[in-house]
Amino acid sequence: MKKNSKNQCGRRGEKIFSNACIVPSLVGVLIFFLIPFGIVVYYSFINNTIAKEFVQLDNYKALMKNTAFITASKNTAFFSVIAVPLAVVIPLGLAVILERNIMGKSIFRTFFLSPLMVPTASVVLVWQVIFHNHGTVNQIIEKFGGTPVSWLESSHGMFVIILMFLWKNIGYNMILFMSALGGIPKDILEVAELEGASRAYQFFHIKLRYLSPTILFVLILSLINSFKIFREIYLLIGDYPVDRLYMLQHFMNNTFNSLDYQKLSAAAVLFSLVMIVIIAVLLVSEHIFGKDVEN
Amino acid sequence: MKAKKKTLVFNMILTVFICVSAILFIMPTVLTIANSFMTSSEISANYGAMLGNMSSEKKVFISENVNLKFIPDKATVSQYKEVLFKNPEYLFKFWNSVILTVPITLFQLAVAVLTSYGFSRYNGKVKNLIFFVYIILMLMPYQVTLVPNYLVADKLGFLEEINNTGIWRTLSEMKIMEDTTIISLKQRLAIILPGIFSPFSVFLLTKVMRRIPVSYVEAAKLDGANEWQIMTQIFLPLCKSALVSIGMLVFIDYWNMVEQPIILMKDSELHPLSVFLSQINTGDIGLAFAVGVVYMIPTILMFLYGEDYLVEGITYSGGIKG
Repeated sequence: MKKNSKNQCGRRGEKIFSNACIVPSLVGVLIFFLIPFGIVVYYSFINNTIAKEFVQLDNYKALMKNTAFITASKNTAFFSVIAVPLAVVIPLGLAVILERNIMGKSIFRTFFLSPLMVPTASVVLVWQVIFHNHGTVNQIIEKFGGTPVSWLESSHGMFVIILMFLWKNIGYNMILFMSALGGIPKDILEVAELEGASRAYQFFHIKLRYLSPTILFVLILSLINSFKIFREIYLLIGDYPVDRLYMLQHFMNNTFNSLDYQKLSAAAVLFSLVMIVIIAVLLVSEHIFGKDVEN
Repeated sequence: MKAKKKTLVFNMILTVFICVSAILFIMPTVLTIANSFMTSSEISANYGAMLGNMSSEKKVFISENVNLKFIPDKATVSQYKEVLFKNPEYLFKFWNSVILTVPITLFQLAVAVLTSYGFSRYNGKVKNLIFFVYIILMLMPYQVTLVPNYLVADKLGFLEEINNTGIWRTLSEMKIMEDTTIISLKQRLAIILPGIFSPFSVFLLTKVMRRIPVSYVEAAKLDGANEWQIMTQIFLPLCKSALVSIGMLVFIDYWNMVEQPIILMKDSELHPLSVFLSQINTGDIGLAFAVGVVYMIPTILMFLYGEDYLVEGITYSGGIKG
C-alpha cells in the first residue's frame, strides 16, 4: 500500500516534468506562430488596419469573387493532387526495386539523394537551361522533327514544376521506404514464402500493411514539401507567370507586396482550414492503420 | 529453369531502369559542378540567350540557342579565384549563411529533444491537441506565416533601424556594443528566433520517441534513474540517427532560405549567400556555378558524414523491438 502511494507520487512528478518539457517550445510557438496567427484571423474580419471596423465575412466574400485567388487555388490543388501521390508511389517502387538488386545500392542511394545537396538557386539555373525555349529539350525535339514547346511560359510549365518537385523529393522518400522495408519482420515473409505466396501477394498483403504508417508519414512530409517547392517555382518562372502556373503562394506573395493584409489574411485563414481538414483525415487514418499493424 | 531465366531478364530490365533514372537524378548536380570550371565568357556565350538584360554589344557573341554543356572548352579555376580571393563579398555572404543556419539548426534540435520528450511521455487530451496544432503550424507555407512573422518582428523591435525600444534601448545605453552591431544582431534574431521554434523537428522527433518501448523506461526507473536521466541517457542515444537526419533536413532548408531574409532584413549586406544566388541571373551569371559549388560544400560534407544516419533515420532507430 505504502509502495503504491510512493509510486503515485513519482508518477505525478514525472507527469509534471514531461509537461514542463514542452513549455519552452510552447512559449516560442505562441510568440512566433500562434499569437501572430490569431492576429491574422483578426485581420481577416476587419476592414483595414487603421479604422479596425468589424466587417464580418466581407473579406472572405471578396476573396471568393477574386479571380486571381480562384485560379491560384485551382492550380495549387491540381499540382498537389498530382504531385503528392506520385511522390509517394514512385519512391515506394524504387525502394522495392533497390531492395532486390543489392549491387551498388549505396551508390544509387547517393545519386537519388543528390538533389538535396545542390543549392536551390543554382540548380534552378540548370533547369532553366534544360527547359528554355531554345534549350536542351527543345533542341532534342527539333532534331527529331517535332515542334518545340514553350515549357516555362505555357501550361506545359505544370509538367516541369511537378517534375522538379519529384526530382527534389523522391530520394529522401525512397530512403524512408527503404528503412521501413528493412524493418519488416523477416520470419513473416519467410512463412509466406514457404506457403507459396507469390511476390505480388507478399507485397500487397504483407509489406504494404507494414508500410502503411510510413506511407502516411511520407504523405504528410510530401504535402509539406509541396508547399516548400514554391521557392523553386518562383525562381524558375518568376512572380507573374502565365495563368495556368499561378499558384496560391504567388497570390499570397503578391498580395503581401501590395500590402493588402485583409485579402492576405482571409486567404491564409481559408488555407489553414483546408489544411486542418486534410491533416485530421490523415491522422485519423493513421490511427486506424496503425492499430491494424500492431494486431 | 524457365522461371529463373525470366526473373534474370526482369532483374536486368530493372537494373537498367534504375541506372538511367539515377543518372537523370544526378545530372543537374554534375552540370552545376562541370559548369563551374568554364570561363565566364563561355558561360555567357552558352546561356546568354536566357538573360534578357545583356548589353547589346555583348549580345553579338551569344548564340541564339541555350546549349547544355558538360565539358568546358577550356577548364579553368578563374571563377573560383574570383569567388574566393578577389572579391570578399561572397565569403562575407557565406558567413552570413553560417551565422543564421547553424544556430537555428542546433537550437531547434535542442528545443525539439525537450519538447518531443514531453510529448512522448504521458499523453493527455490537452497535449494531443497541442501536438495537432504543431502539425498544422508545420504545414503552413511560408507565405501564410509571412504577415504574422513580420508583425512579431516589428513588435519586438527587430525591424527598427534605431535602438529605441525595450531591451534594445537598454543594450544601447549600456554601451557594450556598437549601435550598428545591435541593429545587425536584431535583424539576425528576427530570422533565427522563429527558426528555433519551428515545429518541424518536434513533429519528426516525437514520432521517433513514441516508438521507444515503455519497458526501457521502466527498466531505467528500477535502476533509480530520474526523468532527466531517462531523457539524456536513454532517449537521446536511441534518437541519435534521427537527430542527425532531422538536423540535416533543417540545415538544408534554412541554408537555402530566400524569402525570410528579403522581407525581414532591410540591410542587404547581412543577406545570406542563398539570397544572392537566387538573384544571380540578373547579375554575373558567369560566377553563378562556382558560387553554387562553394555553397554546396557544407551540404556535401554533411552527407558524407551523415548519409548512413539518414538511412537508419527517422522511421526507426536501433534494434529496439525484437
